[in-house]
Amino acid sequence: MPFKRYVEVGRVALVNYGKDYGKLVVIVDVIDQNRALVDAPDMVRGQINFKRLTLTDIKIDIKRVPNKKTLIAALEAGDVKNKWENSSWGRKLIVQKKRASLNDFDRFKIMLAKIKKAGVVRQELAKLKKEAA
Amino acid sequence: MTYRSSRFLPFPPPFESAEQEDHCQYSEGRRPMAPKDRKPHVSRNPDLIRGVGKYSRSKMYHKRGLWAIKAKNGGAFPKHEKKAVAAAPAEKPPKFYPADDVKKPLVNKRKARPTKLRASITPGTVLIILAGRFKGKRVVFLKQLTSGLLLVTGPFKINGVPLRRVNQAYVIATSTKVDISGVNVEKFDDKYFGKKVEKKKKKGEGEFFEAEKEEKNTLPQDKKDDQKTVDAALIASIEAVPDLKSYLGARFSLKAGMKPHELVF
Repeated sequence: MPFKRYVEVGRVALVNYGKDYGKLVVIVDVIDQNRALVDAPDMVRGQINFKRLTLTDIKIDIKRVPNKKTLIAALEAGDVKNKWENSSWGRKLIVQKKRASLNDFDRFKIMLAKIKKAGVVRQELAKLKKEAA
Repeated sequence: MTYRSSRFLPFPPPFESAEQEDHCQYSEGRRPMAPKDRKPHVSRNPDLIRGVGKYSRSKMYHKRGLWAIKAKNGGAFPKHEKKAVAAAPAEKPPKFYPADDVKKPLVNKRKARPTKLRASITPGTVLIILAGRFKGKRVVFLKQLTSGLLLVTGPFKINGVPLRRVNQAYVIATSTKVDISGVNVEKFDDKYFGKKVEKKKKKGEGEFFEAEKEEKNTLPQDKKDDQKTVDAALIASIEAVPDLKSYLGARFSLKAGMKPHELVF
């Protein structure tokens, strides 16, 4: 199968190991075979090993090593935040974070809601079964 | 008296006459400070690195103006007179010396104080009790008693936990808070929960035992009333929050996939 996501200037990647775990960063330059220079609006531009990155489908239009202002403008123009939050991968991560931050009371409320939903579904199913019979 | 060039003085030179003092524009800042006025003084000797100052001892002597203070005082540093020490009364030698040295116990200045309350536990916090009859029950924290134990109530109508003392170590504090402003817990202390001392009765047989057992089992009516008054205000504020009543009525348990060290309570 051919590769679809390439390491290139402007590729948006997710950091999967280290201090910046979970952050979306943009590859602004390639240093050598193993490392890239990455930048994000809320971090200082720095080098990172490719093994610590997972490439996403999103790519923005920037020149090699732009300054912060240009980078932020390009991120806005490329609508990266919305694209990420609407993608299935992005949505999954958001749900994971929400679940991890749930309170004991929140977990209780969710349990009640699940039971209620299941009850409604079961009622509908019973109705449909009765009609089919 | 010649001073070194006034460029290098840390503060204006001391006045040579009273007139000078009056006319000087800096007089106002030069009044002798009362002990209360003093601001803690920052060091005049900045650190090059920790432990090494920028200025030598002689330079610091000059900077602090000790030479000017001495000059003002006629060549010697001004001294306070020593307070006269009252002559201690003559001690008589003791009449008796013990044969062996008796060891004195060491001084112990520790004061007993209640256990330090975790920052996450504040009045109104919902706690999960982890051990005892009520393990798993979610209860409302009222206050910390002087013994360090936590005063806690179900409320009784919701989950069957009465006004009770519980140890902080056997409790998980959740981040859910209940409004506790309408509740008065002043009257509860450790004595309220202590065992009742029974008066000694004359020795009998048979009937004696039966009579005693009957008395022990019932809870005095005033304790029941206390429970009711505390709970009335609490239940009102609990019912204001949706689902909170059923939450407090349910027990906590670990289910499959729950990792306690990763759970946020």
